[in-house]
Amino acid sequence: MSDKAIIKATGLSVGYGDYVLLHDANYQVNQGDVFIIMGGSGCGKSSMLRVLTGLLPPLKGTVEIEGVNMVTASAKEIEKIQQKSGILYQSGALFSSMTLAENIMLPLQQYSDYSPATIRELAGLKLALVGLKGFDDFYPSEISGGMKKRAGLARALALDPNIVYFDEPSAGLDPISSHNLDELILEINRSLGTTIVVVTHELSSIFTIGNNSIFLDAESKTIMARGNPRDLLKNPPNQAVYEFLTRGGEGK
Amino acid sequence: MQTKQINKAVEVITKGTTLQVLVQGDVINYDIQTVWQQIEMAVAQKISKIVFKSDNLKAWDSSLILLVYETIKISKDSNIEVEIAALPKNVQDLVNMAFAVDRKPEKNRTAVKSLLEYVGRETVGLWVIINDVCGFIGEVFCGLLRFLSFRSIMRRIDLYAALDDCGPKALMIVSLISFLVGLILAFVGAVQLQTFGAQIYVASLVTIGMCRIMGAIMVGIIMAGRTGSAYAATIGTMQVNEELDALQTMGLSRIDFLVMPRLLALIVAMPILTMLADIMGMLGGAFIGVFMMDLPYQEYWKYAFNAFNLNNFLVGIFHGFCFGFIIALCGCYSGLTCGRNADSVGVATTRSVVNAIVWMIVVTGIITVICQEIGV
Repeated sequence: MSDKAIIKATGLSVGYGDYVLLHDANYQVNQGDVFIIMGGSGCGKSSMLRVLTGLLPPLKGTVEIEGVNMVTASAKEIEKIQQKSGILYQSGALFSSMTLAENIMLPLQQYSDYSPATIRELAGLKLALVGLKGFDDFYPSEISGGMKKRAGLARALALDPNIVYFDEPSAGLDPISSHNLDELILEINRSLGTTIVVVTHELSSIFTIGNNSIFLDAESKTIMARGNPRDLLKNPPNQAVYEFLTRGGEGK
Repeated sequence: MQTKQINKAVEVITKGTTLQVLVQGDVINYDIQTVWQQIEMAVAQKISKIVFKSDNLKAWDSSLILLVYETIKISKDSNIEVEIAALPKNVQDLVNMAFAVDRKPEKNRTAVKSLLEYVGRETVGLWVIINDVCGFIGEVFCGLLRFLSFRSIMRRIDLYAALDDCGPKALMIVSLISFLVGLILAFVGAVQLQTFGAQIYVASLVTIGMCRIMGAIMVGIIMAGRTGSAYAATIGTMQVNEELDALQTMGLSRIDFLVMPRLLALIVAMPILTMLADIMGMLGGAFIGVFMMDLPYQEYWKYAFNAFNLNNFLVGIFHGFCFGFIIALCGCYSGLTCGRNADSVGVATTRSVVNAIVWMIVVTGIITVICQEIGV
């Protein structure tokens, strides 16, 4: 992990129209981090992710990704940044009319110069990397929810992104699948050096994979805490963070 | 024997029974097809070992992993040993990760083997659909009986919303299209009638045409595309979101809750919209007659009213009523039998429109024959 910032948010306000979810947020994500955006329901975690991925313009402030200001960047610059990042949505968001291999081949066909044979083989490799070897010709409707997430991750990794965003990766998964996905995220981070940004409120995932985090608070609409989640658990800066990280003070 | 392919990033060297793959510099966006043929040939030529070596390897991406992965895959079948210890640890980890899970996926899909099997499957499938449709129509009639005996659980607010959607909100489009159809009918008829000096009969042509069938057909097509498809999409999306399952597990009748308000709204609105279409079509005809063919206004309406026949008008309204049934049934059935992904909603929507139009034409044919037989 280096200290070079790959994402830098300055004076960021997130919301919709007049409705502000979060104001004046300042934080940075370093290259190689597994960065967790956590907080209770409705605090703006997913909206923050939409801002980072360029799907939602911030109400105020700036977001720099790999040195490019996403607020003032041209559409072409934003597209370039988006190509260098992958996203895994809650449900996997696979295209239902395409096979798993076709889902992964789509970005490769659009943005790489590989030959069709290599693209096909790369799709097979990406599926193998997420434990879905041989599932190339399956349709999303033919696989389970956990497999859909893995396939979604394979698609997110298609273009060897520098950053991979995860929106609630553990949602809807059984504990074993959830644990396996966490291991996979760590392995990708370790082996490929990919920066990982995870939006979640799953405590087990937060402590297993996160090495840096911010805690968003719905009431004050600010970042209430930041740092390694395990350090925050040891020294919670306030009651809200303590309660969140200990399931409302469970086991006090 | 020593062969060598020189490439900036990857070099493949055959030394006796060993194939050496040297990766160097930046292996980024490297298309493995460049060296793949050579690796395949070497494997076929009784190579006993493949050794990956790296020399000043600066940067790499998935293309390097793919090269190693595919090489190991091809070597496994030929029992060739592959050595990757000289590659960076991350590369080795990723390759191991790709081979970590090696279960054979089982597909539920079974491929059709022969034409006979295909025909058999399709026939059985058709029989299942016929059964299903008959069951659905039966359920709908039971739902209607429940409604008439005040035992339906249909929410009034749903009926009002459906009525608003297929009534007032459809007025503009129905008016515009019907006016234009009347206009076209008059224009096409006028060109022919003018040659006999009988252009005044344009009024009769348009009045009979619109009132008897054209008004109802046009409203039917508009409503199949506008409302029937919306029913299929809405109910189909509810299927995707498991809302239909929720209804069923709560013990609520899907027919009463979803189909009845839509069906009742359409069978009430369609005859009214058909009347509107008749009037607008006649106005469209009058527009051509009076403004383009210079027919006297009073004369045009005199002929129009003379041609107006209550039987024709009622047959048109009856068509509208039947079309309301067909559109609602096709839309709701397509929605209720929709699959569980986004793609299926599109398929259900298309199916609802196509089925509604086909059945409207079939029913029109049946009604026409019956009317002919009973002299209406």
